[in-house]
Amino acid sequence: MRFSGLRVLREGLTGNRGWQAQWRDATPRAEYDVVVIGGGGHGLATAYYLARNHGLTNVAVLEKGYLGGGNVGRNTTIVRANYFLPGNSEFYSHSLKLWEGLEAELNYNVMHSQRGLINLFHSDGQRDAFVRRGNAMRNRGDDAILLDRAGVRRHLPYLDFDNPRFPVYGGLYHPRGGTARHDAVAWGYARAASDLGVDIIQNCEVTGIDIARGAVTGVQTTRGAIRARKVAIVVAGRSSQVAAMAGMRLPIESHVLQAFVTEGLKPCVHHVVSFGMGHFYISQSDKGGLVFGGDLDFYASYAARGNLPMVEHVMEAGMALMPMIGNARVLRSWGGIMDMSPDGSPVIDRTHIDGLFLNCGWCYGGFKAVPGSGWSTAHLVATGEPHASAARFRLDRFETGRGLMDEEGTGAQHNLH
Amino acid sequence: MRIACPNCGERDRREFYYLGDAVALDRPAAGAPPEAWHGYLHLRDNPCGVTRDLWYHEQGCAAWLVLTRDTATHEVLEVALAAARGAAR
Repeated sequence: MRFSGLRVLREGLTGNRGWQAQWRDATPRAEYDVVVIGGGGHGLATAYYLARNHGLTNVAVLEKGYLGGGNVGRNTTIVRANYFLPGNSEFYSHSLKLWEGLEAELNYNVMHSQRGLINLFHSDGQRDAFVRRGNAMRNRGDDAILLDRAGVRRHLPYLDFDNPRFPVYGGLYHPRGGTARHDAVAWGYARAASDLGVDIIQNCEVTGIDIARGAVTGVQTTRGAIRARKVAIVVAGRSSQVAAMAGMRLPIESHVLQAFVTEGLKPCVHHVVSFGMGHFYISQSDKGGLVFGGDLDFYASYAARGNLPMVEHVMEAGMALMPMIGNARVLRSWGGIMDMSPDGSPVIDRTHIDGLFLNCGWCYGGFKAVPGSGWSTAHLVATGEPHASAARFRLDRFETGRGLMDEEGTGAQHNLH
Repeated sequence: MRIACPNCGERDRREFYYLGDAVALDRPAAGAPPEAWHGYLHLRDNPCGVTRDLWYHEQGCAAWLVLTRDTATHEVLEVALAAARGAAR
């Protein structure tokens, strides 16, 4: 189905009875070339690029719930490429370039808005760190501008610049950063993949992974057995459960991360603002709601909702940064389940089982990775070799200690990211 | 989420620091093979449901606690002193 202004007008005048489903709600066949477990952003993008880049259209995406009901519908929609370490930086740089062409690629309005991201700093030491990060971003070919205090004030006049604990010293401005409409990303990839022949199968939970002589042969699901010689596990917070079906234990802990949205307001926050010292970040959706969040609740959880201490902490941080937020009323909050890796960086890799691939460890940054993750996972599944942009996302880096990507410099340990 | 510390009684979750899975109590012997250390440091069962993890009563009695806890509901099922297991950290 296609959208146009004329179509919206016509449907509006005729009771909106002509809209059709945007993708085929497929029933599972007995065999596919590739089965992608997980119909979130990463799984759908993987299926799309398998078809689009590698001509593999005999592909099924298996989603245990409904499409867009997992983390792709539960995030805070931020898109950026401001990573520092080799490994992460080329990957997110590639992903941002894919974002910039995504609407044309999918012929779908994902509302990608490059409104600019500003990371604030509050001390000389933090300024040095951001200068270094900005230089790394520019060396990678991305954009970064160091703002002094007056520069930040020009963009964000509403901040409390003289907060006694965290006075604003300046910020690192990443103009190509921004937001996108999260649901539309899932829907756009689903429609485009479905049009290329991919079967998107909802309400189909994988209950087992079939392995014979060290190679994957298919999956068992709540809708019957499906044979496939290649299977990709792309299930974010549920990675440990699905990998366990293949006898694997992963270096992953699942944690809950909360987010919040206020009632709709007139435009007032024109950027994505990140206040790292307070574990707080905020943007304003196109609908007008202030969308903001903080840090993990910091205990293993699958509850998809957090506890009140972190709610209080996030509200306090928001008040410290921009007291005007106290006039807004919070509409709702929610939690997503983050697949936390020990070093805070992801995994896109083969496993010790032939034909079984693993995509996990996105921590709290999976949304912006969707196009790059799909692109490089599809490349790995189709060719058997890692894509250049994701070549360092190795699963064995924790065991060997080689190639750890610890952006925060706190150590590759579970409770530190 | 409230945690009933065996020493202090029921307290707010904010008094406690979370370390992670109680696998941390099962430190391999010094001569254990690298795989044992990899499992100890990195690999996790990460269950959706009942788990055992380590919490430190930082703003209370400073005891390390082993919680038996449901990760799907946040229900705390049992709280025990880690020291009762003879495990020092």
